[in-house]
Amino acid sequence: MKSLSYLIPYLKKYRSQLLWGIGSIILANIFSVVLPHFIGKAVDKMNTISQNNQEVLNEMFWYAVLIISFTFIAGVLLYYTRQTIIVTSRHIEFDLRNDFLEHLQKQPYSYFQKTPTGDLMAHATNDINAVRNVLGPGIMYPIDSLMGLIFSLSFMFAKSWSLTLIALIPLPLVSYVVYRVGRSIHTKSIEKQESYSKLTTRAQENLSGIRIVKSYVREKYEIDLFEKLSQTYFKKNMQLAKIQSLMWPLMFMLVGSSILLTIYFGGLSVINKELTIGTLTAFLSYLVMLIWPMIALGWVINILQQGAASMSRLQKIIDRKSEISNNDLTNYTIKEVEGEIEFKNVSFKHDGSNFDTIKNINLKIPKGSTLAIVGKTGSGKSTLVNLIPRLYDITDGELLIDGKNVKQLPLEVLRTQIGFVPQETFLFSETISENIFYGVEEKKEDDLIESAKISQISVDVEEFPKKFETVIGERGITLSGGQKQRTSIARAIIKTPKILIIDDALSAVDTDTEDKILHQLRAVMKGRTSIIISHRISTVKDADYIIVLENGAIAEKGTHDELLIIKGIYSDLYGKQLLEQELEELK
Amino acid sequence: MTMQDDEILGKAYDGKLMVRLIKYLKPYKWYVIVAVFLSMIVALLESVRPFFTKIAVDENIAKGDSEGLLNTTLLFGSVLIIRGLVQFFVAYLTLWIGQKTILDIRIEIYRHLQYRGLKFFDKNPIGRLVTRVTNDIEVLNDMFSSGIVMVFSDVFMIIGIVWLMFSMNWNMALITLSVLPLLFYGTFVFRKKAREAYRQVRLQVARINTFIQEHISGMLVDQIFNREKKSYKKFIDINGAHRDANIKSIFYYALFYPAVDIIGSVVIGLIIWYSAGGILAGTVTIGTLMAFLQFNEMFWRPIRDLSEKYNIMQTAMASSERIFKLLDDKTIIHESKNPIDIGKSKGKVEFRNVWFAYNDEDWILKNVSFTINPGKAIAIVGHTGAGKTTIINLLNRMYEIQKGEILIDDVNIKNISLDNLRNNIGIVMQDVFLFSGDVKSNINLGNENISEEVVKKSAEMVGVKKFIDSLNGGFYGEVKERGATFSVGQKQLISFARTLAFNPQILVLDEATSSVDTETESLIQKAILKLLQNRTSLVIAHRLSTIQRADKIIVMHKGEIRESGTHKELILNEGIYYKLYKLQYKEQEVPVLTQ
Repeated sequence: MKSLSYLIPYLKKYRSQLLWGIGSIILANIFSVVLPHFIGKAVDKMNTISQNNQEVLNEMFWYAVLIISFTFIAGVLLYYTRQTIIVTSRHIEFDLRNDFLEHLQKQPYSYFQKTPTGDLMAHATNDINAVRNVLGPGIMYPIDSLMGLIFSLSFMFAKSWSLTLIALIPLPLVSYVVYRVGRSIHTKSIEKQESYSKLTTRAQENLSGIRIVKSYVREKYEIDLFEKLSQTYFKKNMQLAKIQSLMWPLMFMLVGSSILLTIYFGGLSVINKELTIGTLTAFLSYLVMLIWPMIALGWVINILQQGAASMSRLQKIIDRKSEISNNDLTNYTIKEVEGEIEFKNVSFKHDGSNFDTIKNINLKIPKGSTLAIVGKTGSGKSTLVNLIPRLYDITDGELLIDGKNVKQLPLEVLRTQIGFVPQETFLFSETISENIFYGVEEKKEDDLIESAKISQISVDVEEFPKKFETVIGERGITLSGGQKQRTSIARAIIKTPKILIIDDALSAVDTDTEDKILHQLRAVMKGRTSIIISHRISTVKDADYIIVLENGAIAEKGTHDELLIIKGIYSDLYGKQLLEQELEELK
Repeated sequence: MTMQDDEILGKAYDGKLMVRLIKYLKPYKWYVIVAVFLSMIVALLESVRPFFTKIAVDENIAKGDSEGLLNTTLLFGSVLIIRGLVQFFVAYLTLWIGQKTILDIRIEIYRHLQYRGLKFFDKNPIGRLVTRVTNDIEVLNDMFSSGIVMVFSDVFMIIGIVWLMFSMNWNMALITLSVLPLLFYGTFVFRKKAREAYRQVRLQVARINTFIQEHISGMLVDQIFNREKKSYKKFIDINGAHRDANIKSIFYYALFYPAVDIIGSVVIGLIIWYSAGGILAGTVTIGTLMAFLQFNEMFWRPIRDLSEKYNIMQTAMASSERIFKLLDDKTIIHESKNPIDIGKSKGKVEFRNVWFAYNDEDWILKNVSFTINPGKAIAIVGHTGAGKTTIINLLNRMYEIQKGEILIDDVNIKNISLDNLRNNIGIVMQDVFLFSGDVKSNINLGNENISEEVVKKSAEMVGVKKFIDSLNGGFYGEVKERGATFSVGQKQLISFARTLAFNPQILVLDEATSSVDTETESLIQKAILKLLQNRTSLVIAHRLSTIQRADKIIVMHKGEIRESGTHKELILNEGIYYKLYKLQYKEQEVPVLTQ
């Protein structure tokens, strides 16, 4: 429950609404609690009929008016309560979710690699929702119940002490039953859900491996297995069904016994003239009014428990500090980047890994030059370039930009000056122009067209009915791998970055187009630094400098011609690609 | 915001679908009848409650009959208990019926899916199929349980109340019922509005989910392009729309519940006012008044429940339509009318002028012919896209060929019983698929005819037993989804053991290209030797060692057989094979020589 105290600042923000809401619940309760009193009075009046017919009828008319208008006022107040307290809970939910996302945005790249997206999604939806329940129903119902309880009970006690006590005997049981049943419904639901996800997983796996199933003629076995899982799920459902089915009959019996006791003992009192029939009627109405608070009480305890559990899960994420951010070293006077990059004995180790992914790299990339990196999958190419915009921080050595430690540069300045084309192209499901304009403040049409031309995506865009306003992924418009990569390149170059990094992002582009892109880029990137990772020799051969990475270390370095002379990894790769080309062209 | 196919809702009632759905209740006909009958009793017992109040007040209390009061109370008490018990029983029974029915449907769909041809799975994304077996069926549960039985209960409840009211006092019954149209109308309008508001909320929830999902996956891009603040602003909009949709739905609830109370209070007022006159005139008693005050409260629950049924029916119709569409699919590989059982095959395989295309005339294989004699091995090599993998799919009839013939032991495979055919062919695929469960069940795939002894022996033969024994639990050690905790090499060896355990006469092996460490590589090479022993085999080869051991090499290029012969012959030929050799196999020379 302690974790819920985290919500106090959020509640304070909406203090006045909440206070008005609480005030109106109290008032609403006052208005509705006198209703049974009126009804009782009316009944008594009718029971002791005098000769004065017209006067009784008039009085009854006024009772009727009172009852309707009091209900009306209580109704308006209740409306107002929901509109303040429940609405506020939605506002706080909104704030919470915003804060949650803002917090996520500060987490480093490695955090998202470690944490399954599904988990984060569950926190953003289910957990925040559970907390929201605490803020809305969790505030409204306890107050409502408490008020209802206090007012009804005080009226009841005022009418008859002994009868109230008798009527009350079964009622605490109602709260207890709701609480216990609610809790076991919760645990059984979780069990049921687990069984359901097992079922789903099996179906998913079976269908993914359907070829194995068919090849080995295991269909019958798979059906049997699934049937068993379905049976288990059925059983879990029925266990839950038992409790759910029990809940209401049990409630009705408890409530009914309370009414029964009141009718019997109240009836005896009426017979003995200790009580009027009207009071008994009022009593019965109060009793009915008590039922709901009793139910709500048990329910609210569950809401609070679940909300607290969710809140502590959320807190674990919110309390997490980001490792990569501006810090004591940051020199905020730096506003520009020139583009010289230097690795000095740089090593990098992933969290929890026991070997260095990048080993002792020494490399100077002068401003305005082009560096190409080749190497096998897993040789550390991507990791190496990811160090430059500080997606990871190096573990050893020094990484210098313009001769300054990279940590001195404000993160925003550093990243604004880098155009990055990641290996896995990621485009948002927005329009193509929004995607290209992604990293720039000023959206100039000319820039859009220019960068689309350089990246050779404009020809394709022209063919879409809505051109640049085409929404990616909508209505079957999906971009091919190559189109996505080219859009991603446009997104990076529209920033006119001082440093451009292309991480194997030309793999799905055919060689002709690639040639055009590289050619155009050379002109644009004049005076700027470029780093290109590729598997293709055609991509890298014209670079000023080429390095071959193997197991995180530099194995070969030099220009294309120099590397061919060495006759090492690079020249081997070159030979193979020539062969491959021959095979492609074979009819 | 694009609406998903699965979100579209249509009408709440469709006769054809309904008839088909009701059929699933047939096995539980008597249970349904009992449930309906009992729910009527519950409705009746519930509606007599005010009647007891009237008797207690008018007959007992008013006449000072304390003994009578005790009797009435006891009678009322026993009705209360009976009603509670029956209500529990009915609730349980209806849930049971619903669950049992959907269990049947679920298994039927699953069975149906198991026998679809591979072509079907090419067309239907797995995610969608899983939804059919899970979510879509869950939705039907509500319809089969509360949807059908509880409708009767609600209707009977209303009938019961109306009947009792009229039997007590006509005029007061009419007064009470006077607001009924308003209540009905109000409830249905509220339902409609609330449903629409709820739909909006769900749409906004979907938007939030999409956004968060997308921006977590694309967090790298967000951060590297300094876009956190802008994305955050955008999220505030989406999140705000979600909040507003919720607030709108709060409005309807905030309005509706007090409105019901107010309508109820109007009736109370009218009853009191009217009874005053009635009591004066001697036509109404205090007990009647009290009974009517209770009737008034009891009305609106069954009405509310009935209005909820509309939602249940609407979603059920949409789901069942999708389910039935799936059940009506006819994509299967047809068993021959008089299937031949060739028993254990001798192992002769022949492709005779085989043409195949996945779509229309987009030929993947063109006029492919070759023969493998029993016990011999053929290696198929070729560049990417040559059509090698397709051959595997055809031999065990995962797809049907368009032209030509495939024969096993000189019998056209179309005439061999499907199970018999597939039992004779062992397939090892490039991407090893492991199921979650234990190691043993991944080797024998749950086939009880393959004993634990055989499983262990197979594992030993391929050299993976040592690894399995080292696992926590050994052969019963846990395998995670897709074998996530195992290395590529380990997974491959397990799949070899699987094939060995099934001991097929014909083996089709699609060698994996992914590189493994030298130790595992030598294990794999040895295991392949074991696999090929005494079997007819067709290998899509990536290892030079495997190719060199083959009796014949077939070189495929763009769907055709271009060259064939032994390794030496083909090298001398200096054709496609020679190029492939230099590209892919040459560097493997060394490990083979050291063997």
